[in-house]
Amino acid sequence: MVNLINSIFRKLTSRTECLKYPFEKRELPEGTRGRIDIEIDKCTFCGACEKRCPSNALKVTRDPKSWTLNPYSCIICGYCIEVCPKKCIIAHKEHYSPNV
Amino acid sequence: MIRRNTIPFGPQHPVLPEPIQLHLVMENEKIVQALPAVGYVHRGLEKIAEKKDFIQDVYLAERICGICSFIHSQNYCQGIEELMKVQVPDRAKYLRVIWAETHRIHSHLLILGLLADAFGFENLFMRLWKVREQILNIMEKTTGARVILGVCAIGGVKRDITPELSEYVLRELESVEKQLPELADSLLKDYSVKQRLIGVGVLPKDKAHELGAVGPVARASGLRMDLRETGYAAYGDLDFKMVVEEAGDCYARTVVRVKELYTSLDLVRKALQRMPQGPISVPVRGSPPADEVLARIEQPRGELNFYIRGNGTRNLERFRVRTPTFANLPALLHQLTGCELADVPVIAICIDPCISCTER
Amino acid sequence: MLNNVSEITLDHISTEVWKLKQDGHRFVTMTCCDRGESHDILYHFDKNYELKHLRVTLPKGTALPSISAIFFAALLVENEMKDLLGVSVSGLAIDFQGHFMIAEGCPKTPLNKSVPGIGIQVQDKTPATAEGTVQS
Repeated sequence: MVNLINSIFRKLTSRTECLKYPFEKRELPEGTRGRIDIEIDKCTFCGACEKRCPSNALKVTRDPKSWTLNPYSCIICGYCIEVCPKKCIIAHKEHYSPNV
Repeated sequence: MIRRNTIPFGPQHPVLPEPIQLHLVMENEKIVQALPAVGYVHRGLEKIAEKKDFIQDVYLAERICGICSFIHSQNYCQGIEELMKVQVPDRAKYLRVIWAETHRIHSHLLILGLLADAFGFENLFMRLWKVREQILNIMEKTTGARVILGVCAIGGVKRDITPELSEYVLRELESVEKQLPELADSLLKDYSVKQRLIGVGVLPKDKAHELGAVGPVARASGLRMDLRETGYAAYGDLDFKMVVEEAGDCYARTVVRVKELYTSLDLVRKALQRMPQGPISVPVRGSPPADEVLARIEQPRGELNFYIRGNGTRNLERFRVRTPTFANLPALLHQLTGCELADVPVIAICIDPCISCTER
Repeated sequence: MLNNVSEITLDHISTEVWKLKQDGHRFVTMTCCDRGESHDILYHFDKNYELKHLRVTLPKGTALPSISAIFFAALLVENEMKDLLGVSVSGLAIDFQGHFMIAEGCPKTPLNKSVPGIGIQVQDKTPATAEGTVQS
């Protein structure tokens, strides 16, 4: 019973546990995998990332040169980042926004 | 003349985290027979595994379960490494232990919170999940994702823990350990909680062995069964001690899970202090696997088995998954006979059902 | 590499399993693999962390005798094998009539090699977004 009263006092006088979301955003740590993107100037369109993607979300063509990613299929596993020979695929910290 | 009624429990129930249906045949408030009906979340993962590369299957194995995902990928990598005769470096083994035990802590906190919610103690549910948020922050800072980590690979792991991150992890674990005794006392020493848990769903020791129960359900009935004793990954160097209780009811299972929280915290601390320097992965060369193996590992819910068979090409011939909840289902059906209707939610959640693993 | 595998025939299944139960082994699981004209069925048992396996080759069309009278836990696995691979099992303690895992109106026996996968063979043809697209 004493524990209960102690616990009530402590929780009443400390600050709230929740973040007030639109005014205070949560800080994302470094290295979080959010959204996959490419630095298109370094890409050689070799197609290694397209072969390895487990969910078939990438499409690379040589003629005309294009690299497209389907964000609805992407599972953000990071396999394409590893196999790219020019290391031009990166992962941003924020996730895909809803109006894509 | 006594009439029998059949009441369906589930698939939608506030207590269950995942859908399963139990047909309860009742006579006057007591249950005489229970039959399961599964298949609500069957995804056909075993068929997908035969169509993809054996390296892409690591990402598939991670997504079998949403609560214990690192341990599935660790077991798959251990099975393929045994088939292709790959020696994993020591530092990678210690890192795998760290992430696996962190996953075990988060899984036990989740199920203890749901158990408290099942008999109406919502405040304790919120406080246990608040502690769980600290554990998920540790995982996000060290690997980049909160639940589905994507860190285990064939031949080692993909990321390292630097000394600054190691200090951060030790600080967070200390703060978690300070909050645990108060929460454990509210769960184990409260009068009304004891009335609902002691003597409910008793499973005697010989029945547990005959029905093939695994995990905390078996250890709470007196069976000494924990695969971490065999010493896979780095458990052989970390002085692991098993937790066993004798009573066999729901209260004993809760005690086993709370004590395992302390064991896991201890293992993570020892692994961080004793980790050797060295590479974190080796390159995998050679032809694809062409043999069969049964890989086993200790998941938070029990013993997990993968049967992997290759035929020399890059696609596997057969990938079979047997999860611990599948093995505990017959034990659940045995416990339900003879109990009252109001005890069914507590018994169903005390075996720790993870139905999306069971039905893959 | 599975050590400790013994090959047995269909008639000896019950006697071998009964001997293992008297010896104190625990039932782990059963596995079935489609080999074309026959099914390869494996039984796995465990005692003190040591595994023991039994292998049976079952030609397609023959019925497999159930062991659910000896180990009650086997009946869930045998029902699942009936649904997903089309193995016919005789003498089950509780028979779910082919609806344990698969609902009505779904393709039958999906794990057999002759049944193609649904949806995985078809490439995802939905149009992608503008992120990262370069036309040159």
